[in-house]
Amino acid sequence: MSLPGWKQIPLGAVILKPGNSVEYKTGEWRTLRPEINQEKCIRCRTCWMFCPEGAILEVEEPYKTQAGKEYRLTYKVNYDHCKGCGICANECPVKAITMIEEAI
Amino acid sequence: MRALLGSVKALNGAEAVAYAVKQSNVDVISAYPITPQTIIVERLSEFVANGEIHAEYVNVESEHSALSTCMGAAAAGARTFTATSSQGLALMWELLYVTSGLRLPVVMAVVNRALSAPINIHCDHSDSIGARDSGWIQFYVENSQEAYDTVIQAFKIAEHSDIQLPVMVNLDGFHISHTLENVNILPDQVVSDFVGFRKPANVRVEYLGREVPAVLDGVTPISLGIIALSDYYYEFKMMLVDAIDKVKSVIKEVHNDYLKVSWRGYGDGLIDPYGVDGADIVLVIMGSAAGTVKYVVKKLLESGLRVGVLRLRTFRPFPYEEVVKVLSGVKVIGVMDRATSPGAYGAPLFNELRSALYDLDSRPTVVNFIYGIGGRDLEPLTVKRICEKLLEFGRGVKPASYVEYVGVRR
Repeated sequence: MSLPGWKQIPLGAVILKPGNSVEYKTGEWRTLRPEINQEKCIRCRTCWMFCPEGAILEVEEPYKTQAGKEYRLTYKVNYDHCKGCGICANECPVKAITMIEEAI
Repeated sequence: MRALLGSVKALNGAEAVAYAVKQSNVDVISAYPITPQTIIVERLSEFVANGEIHAEYVNVESEHSALSTCMGAAAAGARTFTATSSQGLALMWELLYVTSGLRLPVVMAVVNRALSAPINIHCDHSDSIGARDSGWIQFYVENSQEAYDTVIQAFKIAEHSDIQLPVMVNLDGFHISHTLENVNILPDQVVSDFVGFRKPANVRVEYLGREVPAVLDGVTPISLGIIALSDYYYEFKMMLVDAIDKVKSVIKEVHNDYLKVSWRGYGDGLIDPYGVDGADIVLVIMGSAAGTVKYVVKKLLESGLRVGVLRLRTFRPFPYEEVVKVLSGVKVIGVMDRATSPGAYGAPLFNELRSALYDLDSRPTVVNFIYGIGGRDLEPLTVKRICEKLLEFGRGVKPASYVEYVGVRR
């Protein structure tokens, strides 16, 4: 890919298009990945609040545990942007999130 | 015609700067007091408190915050002004590069003062000369009148659509800032018409399919102060280098326009030669001491010696083409620096001037005279001795040293 020359870039290094930081996949930095155990998860939203990257997704997807408890929501991880910091796992009150080594 | 040219006021250099700012439709002023700059912000805060100007005066706890405030306001489209000296400029250091990198046309008066240690409040150029690579345009004025005129011109130069760079107007601490002079003041309306109001540069936004002002206005979101690593940083620096190269023609243009409204000019706006045509020796200098040098040179010219003085009005951009043109044919040149660069071969003005003259077919003898450090007085007799020395070099005497520290006790 050829990048633009110095006469083709905006003055003062301003970014003109909002919301394009999603194009930067910080997930590549990760060495540990969080995995949410949907059976243990109590949908308390703590991980969602603590995630510094906004990489915990709150999805409207019903889930029924083996014990029969029904939830309207499911919490998932945006692996494109999760840097693997482990804050979610540390904060989870029911230890439903485990950090697993990334494998190739 | 007289009313058109305004009035005469007894002002010191600092007050002259404040008066120019007062007349220049400034939106935001933020500064922190420091000797010898304090008078500038004192007068400006009075103007704001009295309702004489409709500007925001933001009190801050440091120079770092003062320049940050101006940057933020400038990014939102405001015309901004700040002023500082010495340690204050040193504290602004990281923001100097950010201001120029973000291409924000902030205007700052720097009342030149020596840097600590030992602590000293008097004039030398070590504060602003140290900032020469920060991407700011730098003017060095000779007197209060020029300080007034240059501040007005500075807003137009900084905000020019091809430039969009910050400007530093340097005036010598105490020699200019605290010396009362009769200053010709233009009528408010003339200055207001000359500088107008700030119009931020437009930028084309592809997803909108149109041009918008490149400011933080909340309507069309843009991000400022972004990261650019090895893939983009160099290109942004190149843009800055290119912009500051264009400044020379803009300075000449604005200087010429100002000449038409004020009937006052300083050489071509970049260099101010006096007696240089046909001179055997020329002294090159910046700042208030040029007045002393001109006084001596005038006496020597009257006694039949062919002596000239070239005062540089700008150090950034360095007017190398203009300097080479004026100095080609001169046999001996003395460069007067009011700053030291410990460990370097001579001081910055000497280095840059000598380098600019290197490509001449017949190179002149160029000698550096470092003077006035920490406010040390430069007496007319010293200037006369320097001229006599240069005339000797012109007669074929080889300089014992090409870098001389004048006025220091041994």
